[in-house]
Amino acid sequence: MAIWLTAESRVVVQGMTGAEGTKHTRRMVASGTNVVGGVNPRKAGSDVDGIPVFATVGEAMKETGADVSVVFVPPAFAKDAAIEAIDAQMPMLVVITEGIPVQDSAYFYAYSRESGATRIIGPNCPGIISPGKSNAGIIPADITQPGRIGLVSKSGTLTYQMMYELRDLGFSSCVGIGGDPVIGTTHIDCLRAFQDDDETDAIVMIGEIGGDAEERAADFIKANVTKPVVGYVAGFTAPEGKTMGHAGALVSGSSGTAAAKKEALEAVGVQVGKTPSETANLMRVLLSG
Amino acid sequence: MDLFEWQAKELFAKYDVPTTKQVLATTPAEARAAAEQLGGPVMVKAQVKAGGRGKAGGVKYAATPDDAEKHAHAILGMEIKGLTVHAVLVSVAADIGEEYYFSFLLDRANRSYLSMCSAEGGMEIEQLAVERPEALARIPIDPVAGVDEAKAQEIVDKGRLPEAIRDQAINVIVKLWDVFTGEEATLVEVNPLVQTPDGTVLALDGKVTLDDNADFRHKDVHDSYRDNSATDPIEVRAKEKGLNYVKLEGSVGIIGNGAGLVMSTLDVVAYAGAALGTNGDAPKPANFLDIGGGASAEVMANGLEIVLSDPAVKSVFVNVFGGITACDAVANGIVSALALLETKGEALTRPLVVRLDGNNAEEGRRILTEAAHPLVEQVDTMDGAARLAAELAKAGAK
Repeated sequence: MAIWLTAESRVVVQGMTGAEGTKHTRRMVASGTNVVGGVNPRKAGSDVDGIPVFATVGEAMKETGADVSVVFVPPAFAKDAAIEAIDAQMPMLVVITEGIPVQDSAYFYAYSRESGATRIIGPNCPGIISPGKSNAGIIPADITQPGRIGLVSKSGTLTYQMMYELRDLGFSSCVGIGGDPVIGTTHIDCLRAFQDDDETDAIVMIGEIGGDAEERAADFIKANVTKPVVGYVAGFTAPEGKTMGHAGALVSGSSGTAAAKKEALEAVGVQVGKTPSETANLMRVLLSG
Repeated sequence: MDLFEWQAKELFAKYDVPTTKQVLATTPAEARAAAEQLGGPVMVKAQVKAGGRGKAGGVKYAATPDDAEKHAHAILGMEIKGLTVHAVLVSVAADIGEEYYFSFLLDRANRSYLSMCSAEGGMEIEQLAVERPEALARIPIDPVAGVDEAKAQEIVDKGRLPEAIRDQAINVIVKLWDVFTGEEATLVEVNPLVQTPDGTVLALDGKVTLDDNADFRHKDVHDSYRDNSATDPIEVRAKEKGLNYVKLEGSVGIIGNGAGLVMSTLDVVAYAGAALGTNGDAPKPANFLDIGGGASAEVMANGLEIVLSDPAVKSVFVNVFGGITACDAVANGIVSALALLETKGEALTRPLVVRLDGNNAEEGRRILTEAAHPLVEQVDTMDGAARLAAELAKAGAK
């Protein structure tokens, strides 16, 4: 099965005709994704490599049966793009765009909750890949292979690093949930989905400083996850009060520290690696034992 | 971006939130003139972005312009929580009857907003939350529905603000919501919100955090409020070059692609450094620098130039995972960057440790090996490269 994204997924790209959109549409197609359309009201009727461009998300869904949309539009237009997809009842929306004002994200996330039909992944994320099946976003597909590990991470490059370290074992699905303060899909959502997925045997969870999502994920693991989980947390040396690259990666006062997150995870029996390599080895040992 | 009190109160006034008249002063003479202009007793308040200003002696009552000048003289230049006071806010001293607490903030856990309100204001909110949690009402705000008069009533009632000022408080809260949304803040806090003896409600002190991602819609306000006096000069220059750089205290310069990987690199270098020395000479990361996915020659050159402009840096660790950008492109970027620096007369003088992994890693390593720069060393693993960079930094410090 993998989670949320399967070989049957039909993907449209909002912003396909832009430079980034076109580049990554080609990469998605090259990694086997069924990209069925793009959306751009000003370029409806044209195509990118034979993939038709539609005026609206609703029209693209009606014509192609799309059930996933990947958003590449610039920050200023991301809110409208998301609302359009939510109004069209798009089942899954993957928002790659970095730099969206947080009040826009809070608005479209709340809007999606009201409508109840759309799962949002991101924003400011690399997307989701189910290796060998489909790839919605910008995750490089050729650094790993299909397998039975589930991966959830706030960070893009750490996602890639872990996919690569464990490429011999392979992954069911890898989800980059994004580094913004407001994100649509959380560690907990992914843990729940991996726990319920019969193609996933074990889970790697990567967190970083800021907020308390990892602490809440630890509580969730204790109550609900029976599959083995190993963890990694980045940002032990981050100074207080400084945003470290990701808008959400901020230690304020004594809250949001890497140490607190590691402690919370270890308290519920999750082994936490000191480095990405050590974390990969923990998973290796777990699966071989 | 966190604002100073004077900036927060200026924004309050912009949205007709009742507050006290104020003038900013950077010299004692200006403080005297401000007090004369405002007339009557004033407060002289240190402008630093930290709590506990009162306890530190940074907030004084001045009955006369003479007093205002004297207090400003004492407060200007003072250090509060490591921050130097460069300006004082001179504001009309209000008679305080009662003090309340009010805020709107981003609630990350619920991916929503929260309003906090209490009839017991004045003290630090963290302290109130711990000591008297039952006195602090937390009211969720739906980002789609926002705050109208009915919602403001709910906040006032749950915060148990007195009946006598109910209407005024509702009015103030609706206007503070306008500040929160109009300026795209992630925090608007009024502490204290006061009632004067004649029954007027005033926002006496404010704390506002603006969303940096919303910069493109509020360029004028953000530009005029941005304060680089407390920012490290290298950070300021990096920002001008569009680089995501944070200055730290160590000697191992760090360049990597992706925020998570760079944070992880800092940690791995710190561990490697700690293993090399315990008596205060353990090498530590000197900075955070995320050059993003592209890692072109120009970005790499800019990154190297910024990192090397820190004299404390004794070695540099370039940690790149080739995902979207393959390692051969990154390696070519490094080679061109080194050549570019040389033509600018800033040739590399400190060792560079490079770890390339991921897409086309072998080709990338071959390119660097072939270029054979005498100061560039390659290590295949992140942990091993961190060790070498730390060792070189320690050797370079001698």
